[in-house]
Amino acid sequence: MNTAHLNSEFAANMVALRTIVYREVRRFTRIWPQTLLPPAITMVLYFVIFGNLIGRQIGGMGGFSYMQYIVPGLIMMSVITNSYGNVVSSFFGSKFQRSIEELMVSPVSPHIILIGYVTGGVLRGLAVGFIVTLLSLFFTDLQVHHLGLTVLVVLLTATIFSLGGFVNAVFARNFDDISIIPTFVLTPLTYLGGVFYSINLLPPFWQTVSLANPVLHMVNAFRYGILGVSDIRISVAVAFMLLATAVLYLVCVRLLVSGRGMRQ
Amino acid sequence: MTTALSIRQLTKTYGNGFQALHGIDLDVAEGDFYALLGPNGAGKSTTIGILSTLVNKSSGTVNVFGFDLDKDPASLKRCIGVVPQEFNFNQFEKVFDIVVTQAGYYGIPARIAKERAEHYLKQLGLWEKRDVASRELSGGMKRRLMIARALVHEPRLLILDEPTAGVDIELRRSMWSFLTKLNEQGITIILTTHYLEEAEQLCRNIGIIDHGRIVENTSMRELLQTLHVETFLLDLTASLLVEPELEGYPVKLVDHHTLEVQVDKNQGVTELFRQLAEQNIDVCSLRNKSNRLEELFVNLVEKNLAKETV
Repeated sequence: MNTAHLNSEFAANMVALRTIVYREVRRFTRIWPQTLLPPAITMVLYFVIFGNLIGRQIGGMGGFSYMQYIVPGLIMMSVITNSYGNVVSSFFGSKFQRSIEELMVSPVSPHIILIGYVTGGVLRGLAVGFIVTLLSLFFTDLQVHHLGLTVLVVLLTATIFSLGGFVNAVFARNFDDISIIPTFVLTPLTYLGGVFYSINLLPPFWQTVSLANPVLHMVNAFRYGILGVSDIRISVAVAFMLLATAVLYLVCVRLLVSGRGMRQ
Repeated sequence: MTTALSIRQLTKTYGNGFQALHGIDLDVAEGDFYALLGPNGAGKSTTIGILSTLVNKSSGTVNVFGFDLDKDPASLKRCIGVVPQEFNFNQFEKVFDIVVTQAGYYGIPARIAKERAEHYLKQLGLWEKRDVASRELSGGMKRRLMIARALVHEPRLLILDEPTAGVDIELRRSMWSFLTKLNEQGITIILTTHYLEEAEQLCRNIGIIDHGRIVENTSMRELLQTLHVETFLLDLTASLLVEPELEGYPVKLVDHHTLEVQVDKNQGVTELFRQLAEQNIDVCSLRNKSNRLEELFVNLVEKNLAKETV
């Protein structure tokens, strides 16, 4: 293949990527009452009930007010559920309506298809994260301790859960299959992932068990970026996230190339 | 002449063990209007699925305008536009967005994509519906939308899997005229259909597939010439109570006003009418009992079935 051919392939793939990302963003902004509004309302309730009413009784945690302590966790919780939810519902929806065939018959590279869907998931995660951050400012002051780390962690987390949502969507055969993982895996991991408490409050055995929860590392790394406090080593958390991103990416590309759940 | 499509020893066995294709060979020349016919479950949709890469082949080779499916699938896909049998677009998307988005998947920049979408939607009578969600379209409009979508990247080979299924006669005829124009512009067209009249009207060459094997691959004219006997229905002016005797023509009285007569292509109908006139039988109208191609199709499929049973 000559350079001109490769250049035109690259240009075509970039147009295709832009198309997929634009379509994904258009999808979740068009149905904003289902995608952007509910997490905003849920998080305001968390701020009011847990942060304000119960938090006043709890007092401080990790050297901060309880409200300040839970805000980073709640932002991450929104990012996780929305990144995952966007890709799983969009990709499964395409499979269900068979519109995924539009992509499969076209010459778009599997990498571009994956990056397009994941970018859509990341953007929705970031959009919701941004909205929740803005709302949190009505309840507490936020000062970012380490901006670079905060951005890196939120991007990696959104990417990991978008990729996870993609795997779920590929294997899903009906609408039940796309709600099982979020309900029975994602929600418990998030609630037990140090969103509302420091693992230092737990007995040593459960502290060790908690370290196996990947969400704990993400939440704490993000909390460190904002507040400067963490229950875990940041370097380990970042390394784990980079590794998880790489492994999940390769798994997703392999699934796309094989056409699992899409080709007969 | 350049070959648009070349298939060699193509086989497909599904996960449940069902062998849909038994090593088919098929060539379609550039510019051809080719009909692929076959009964339900014969392997037509599997063949089209493999060409459009929605079905993985088990073995064999597929070549489109010199691009091999295994070696350069991206280039092969750029040459093909596919109109599937089932609606496969996002029901919530607007008509215009569906076509423009599809162009984007083929790497066509937004400005050109919008121009082409407008062109094809206008040609297919959908421009007025451009801002309507696709689920609100009628069945015929949805089918036309899939044709516009398949054409937006300007493929050299257009494959249509039963494009006129469930479409009313008027719309079917306007689609025929649209497809004929496309073919005249140089686009090679392959279509599968259950309407044999459609294949006879539109296509120059024909392949008949049955039980995963090509049982006939020839020109429409040659195929129709192999038809030796045609069956005619004669509507009679006066009532007839007994079957008349017509020398050389097998005859059957369908009802008191209708005669069914088999005519060998070497005989013609002049002698038939002479004998009828001799017996004072007046005929007010005459029609073919069935489509000529339909008779051939049934003969070929039955012959193949008999061969398989043996």
